[in-house]
Amino acid sequence: MLNAVGVLGLGGLVGTVALGLGTTPPDQVQGELVRMIYIHPPLAWTAYLAFAVTGLFSALYLWKRQPRSDQIAASSAEVGVVLCTLTLVTGSLWGRPTWGVWWTWDARLTTTALLLALFAGYLALRRVVVDPVARAKRSAVLALVAVADIPLVHFSVKLWRTLHQQPTLLRPDPQIAGIQAWTLLLGFASLTLIYVWLTGRRARLEALVHLDESRALELAVASR
Amino acid sequence: MGSAIRLRSAVALLGRFPALAAVDLDVSMGESVLVEGPNGAGKTSLLRVCAGLLPLSAGAGVVLGADLSKRGRPHGVGFLGHAAGLYDDLSALENVEFRARLWGVPPSGAAAALERVGLEGPIRTVAVARLSAGQRRRVGLAALVAVRPRLWLLDEPHAGLDAEARSQLDSVLEEAAHDGAAVLLASHEVEHVGRIVSRSVHIERGRLAGTTVRETDNAA
Amino acid sequence: MLREAFVVAAKDLRIEARSHVGRTQVVPFALVVVVLFGLALDPDRGLLTRAAPGLLWVTVLLTALLATQRSLALESADRAVDQLRVSGIDPAAVFLGKAAALSVQLLVVVTALAVGVVVLYGAVLASPLLLIASALVATAGLALAGTLYGAVAAGLRVRETLVPLLVLPVVAPVLLGATRAWEAGVGLAVSDGWPWLRLLVAFMVVFAAAGVMAFGPLLEDA
Repeated sequence: MLNAVGVLGLGGLVGTVALGLGTTPPDQVQGELVRMIYIHPPLAWTAYLAFAVTGLFSALYLWKRQPRSDQIAASSAEVGVVLCTLTLVTGSLWGRPTWGVWWTWDARLTTTALLLALFAGYLALRRVVVDPVARAKRSAVLALVAVADIPLVHFSVKLWRTLHQQPTLLRPDPQIAGIQAWTLLLGFASLTLIYVWLTGRRARLEALVHLDESRALELAVASR
Repeated sequence: MGSAIRLRSAVALLGRFPALAAVDLDVSMGESVLVEGPNGAGKTSLLRVCAGLLPLSAGAGVVLGADLSKRGRPHGVGFLGHAAGLYDDLSALENVEFRARLWGVPPSGAAAALERVGLEGPIRTVAVARLSAGQRRRVGLAALVAVRPRLWLLDEPHAGLDAEARSQLDSVLEEAAHDGAAVLLASHEVEHVGRIVSRSVHIERGRLAGTTVRETDNAA
Repeated sequence: MLREAFVVAAKDLRIEARSHVGRTQVVPFALVVVVLFGLALDPDRGLLTRAAPGLLWVTVLLTALLATQRSLALESADRAVDQLRVSGIDPAAVFLGKAAALSVQLLVVVTALAVGVVVLYGAVLASPLLLIASALVATAGLALAGTLYGAVAAGLRVRETLVPLLVLPVVAPVLLGATRAWEAGVGLAVSDGWPWLRLLVAFMVVFAAAGVMAFGPLLEDA
């Protein structure tokens, strides 16, 4: 079932790329570069989705203390780091020809960069803590503090400066329509499905590791 | 007498290593019990579990009315581990006063507590970092004397003490048990300690042997 | 709970008074950083004066890392943390008490740096109320965040390298808020500094709440 999701996602992604590069027309102002719009915002969206999922399942873990929640939170963070990095890279590649700079200190970009740093810290912590219960507890706290922090970061940077492209889809009359809108939607959907697939597989792997550890523990106790 | 410690099939893990592997133990109020066994057998882990410092991974445990398996924290447990739990920059007096305040007990008893363990005079106002290991152990003990816990957990308390300090320690423990507290101590010194406790249990490879549980609650 | 927090804070401050680490190591460290910035950037007075608030708060941030590590090391040195747990004291009291003591130490650092920045960079204290208010709230926020993250990394051998990695991204809003508020406070910015104070307060509240809730579970495996 999970693999079906993955296949669907990958298929959608191929479709997005095909449509994005081939069928959809170039923009009046941005030219061929506008094709980035089919990949960059979806990446950003899934990166933040991954982050939200990590936060949600971290909260769930602290509440119910079920290992499964911790496994999902951690898997989501791993996929999220990759998505976040890709978001920043594609953003840079898009920004350089468009605005002339590789980087700019606006709210969205800076927040995303700090999000990556927070993700990286989360994963670094997990590598270092050996005891599974302590690891789950500490990284859950870390994730939740990060979730609380990100809005503060975003707001503070925004108060400071802003330059990013205004959202083009979420306004009453979207400025992109027709085949472009459909391609963009396909991009969002595909990437979301791919995220779900990757996180699911990773979580499943983690569950197996946990099972293995529990069995080894039972043996160790019995043999003492 | 009431039960101070009640463990049934208790399992405790240090990382992935089962330090306690299905331990059954009863200790009543007013009793003093010695836990002895080879190094690595689980003495320290047993004490830490009873103190609420090491969680139970399996089995049941009730210490001073707190259910350990439900993440309960026992209150009124005095713990003296290998490390005395002191702040190096503070003096012995300040350390004991802090411990008293922590427990909500008037800090005025600190001086008397230190006297009780044989620390008198100017040595009480010197930074603890400058004291010897044995003296630090005595400060740790004084902190317990000052707060009068209902359960005393001590990990090799006699180690590194001279003869006078040892006899002071013994009298403190006897007094505690006499006052109705429960005492559980881990030690290698079976003969010496055996004289001051009511019974002893042997621990090996995370399991207990010896008279560990009471079938009924009749006074000994 | 507040009484217990006060006991913990008093203990930390007494240790500080006794050991003089703040006076002999932390404040000198901060002042040295300020001097180094002066060396690294052109001694052109104009640039340093303009950058003074930012440099000051970056220095405070770095110093806060040191001070936080020290605060936590006190409890792990002789396993004093075991005694804190066993005493039955509310973990939130430990959190707030240690954060409060840390705040006081950081305020001393900020004061020393403010003097340093006035003397070395030629800054002018135009709006003292804004400067003091934002300093109080910002240092509280840093102390709360540092103490919380210290507990997250408690007992780990790599704590010294891990805590900076975890803390620095998270306190970015404090850096932004405090710097902008101080820019206004030393007469460098055109815009109002007070909105930034609201942001700093929000940060402080968030981390106070987070720490109070999380310290219990975190102490469980200290």
